[in-house]
Amino acid sequence: MGSVSLVERAVVVGDLVKDYGSVRAVGGVSFEIERGEVFALLGPNGAGKSTIVEILEGHRTRTSGSVRVLDADPATAGASFRDRIGIVLQTSGIDPELTVREAIDFYGASYSRRRPTDEMIELVGLDDKADNRVSTLSGGQQRRIDMALGLVGDPDVVFLDEPTTGFDPAARRRGWELVERLSSQQRAVLLTTHYLDEAEHLADRVAVLSKGRIVAEGTPSELRARAGSALIRFVVPSRADPVSGLLGPVSGEIVGRGRHVEIVTDAPTSDLAHLTGWARERGVELEDLSVSRPSLEDVYLSLVAEPDQDGTDDCGGSDASDASGAGDGTSHRGGSDAGGGTDDCGGSGDSGGGDAGDEDQGGVGR
Amino acid sequence: MRSLRLLWRCIRNQNRIFWRTPIAAFFTLVFPILMLVLFTAIFGNDAFDTVYGRVSSSQFYTPGLAVFAAASSTYTGIGINLASRRELGILKRVRGTPLPPSVHLGGVVLSAVWIAALGVVAMVVLGVVAYGVNVEAAKAPAMLLTFAVGAATFAALGLALASMAHSVSTAAPLANATLLPVAFISDIFVPLGSEPPRLLEIAGDVFPLKQFGLAFGEAMNPFSEAPAIEWHRLGVLVLWMAVGAAVAARRFRWDPPAPSGRASRRRGRPVSHSASAHG
Repeated sequence: MGSVSLVERAVVVGDLVKDYGSVRAVGGVSFEIERGEVFALLGPNGAGKSTIVEILEGHRTRTSGSVRVLDADPATAGASFRDRIGIVLQTSGIDPELTVREAIDFYGASYSRRRPTDEMIELVGLDDKADNRVSTLSGGQQRRIDMALGLVGDPDVVFLDEPTTGFDPAARRRGWELVERLSSQQRAVLLTTHYLDEAEHLADRVAVLSKGRIVAEGTPSELRARAGSALIRFVVPSRADPVSGLLGPVSGEIVGRGRHVEIVTDAPTSDLAHLTGWARERGVELEDLSVSRPSLEDVYLSLVAEPDQDGTDDCGGSDASDASGAGDGTSHRGGSDAGGGTDDCGGSGDSGGGDAGDEDQGGVGR
Repeated sequence: MRSLRLLWRCIRNQNRIFWRTPIAAFFTLVFPILMLVLFTAIFGNDAFDTVYGRVSSSQFYTPGLAVFAAASSTYTGIGINLASRRELGILKRVRGTPLPPSVHLGGVVLSAVWIAALGVVAMVVLGVVAYGVNVEAAKAPAMLLTFAVGAATFAALGLALASMAHSVSTAAPLANATLLPVAFISDIFVPLGSEPPRLLEIAGDVFPLKQFGLAFGEAMNPFSEAPAIEWHRLGVLVLWMAVGAAVAARRFRWDPPAPSGRASRRRGRPVSHSASAHG
């Protein structure tokens, strides 16, 4: 295991900037990762996640800022640095002619603390495929070899760039268990993902990245708290007319979409009491009434929502992204004009959420 | 010591990959031998006037095709191998491990040289055994030296090819479009006889394949005197080696070419990831 001093910081990034020509891909990002910590970079495609990870791995040079990984500068560090990091990239292939066992044997051989090949094969659950050629495996199975190759050197810092993309649900669970094990072994893990449940499940801390900047950072529950402590949802009954009496006295922030009302509130009990009292007086039902904690996804979507994808509206998500772009990191669901409940705003949370977890994942056949 | 052990692993790994790619094994090893068998069958094995004097057709074809096999294995083999491994992101993976990139490249090159040696030995043995081709122990050092310099030259040019080609789909045609026409003016497939068109002769002399072939042929020529080392031809090869190495040193890239859909990915919806499937 080597004698590693405890004061050695796993990852320290300060004001990192990366320009591609005139395009600023990463615009001044700072964060730290401790040993035993899983840190997730969350953000849409093109937000700069992979660029940051590749700079930390030494695959790319930075334009400015400071980067220390295991007290080394990845831009200039050599083999002894790479001996202690493990990389699971989106874009690195595996020799298709080799078998799973041969690939792990070959890539493992260069590490000084290599784990036994059989252990790695078992770890990623490819026992029955160990002697099959890489080219015959599915995309998800190849991702699992990626994982094995990233961990075979028993690394102190692990970079996982969308590690479970293309996994079926069972493989994903297994991947998660692997990551949890890493953090329990005092490894530092930097995870990028656009699966929100993955970040919520695995990460000790999450940084939400939008357009090359961190727009929010904290534990998943801290981030959730920014959206209010509770989310009340219901549908206004069609025969109940003016809703101003219903929504006026509510203390929380109101996000309406026609008759579908969402209230983000810090006082769920009193707001709920008012709503149910109003409905009972009139003898109507608030359909589909629910109270829930806002998910990380709700927060995330409000942070990264872009004006151009909500079409023509001038409310809802665009306010949130402008505000967060300015760096204050607070989330405003809906914005100030959403109180009427009659407009068509605030839909980004619902429309965008659908494809967070269930979209088809090709990944086969590289 | 550790680097040597890793280098050995890399060579063995590349050899394994070579033998598991039947199309590559066919074109580098079987194809040139097939040519020797066919040419001898078509033209007979009678003596005729060649650059080496009046020798049998197999005595003319064996060294040329041996050299052609060596050039395919190194130039075409390394060029396509590295271009395809870069495109698959394998070179990038290697760069993220403690395996020194130079050791990995060394493994690719030495494996190709090993395959080239197999091709040359197979060709010469077939020539000697089946067609009575002349080989003399006294000129064996010249054969070895010529092979070493020639294989190193075409390996360097293979590295240059991999540096110039953007992807494997350009590397393969580029390799063939350069090696095959040059082979036709290099006394490999067609004996240009004692008086070839002047222009073709000069063109052939400029390129390294003819120099490699004639130097190797001279080392097997029954009329040449030992040691039969063609220093001036080896000199031309070394020049080409330097050119290849210089191009590779300046232009070689480890990262896969950026996918063409890059720009559109930046404008994607926040959590849509259909464009990010790596494939």
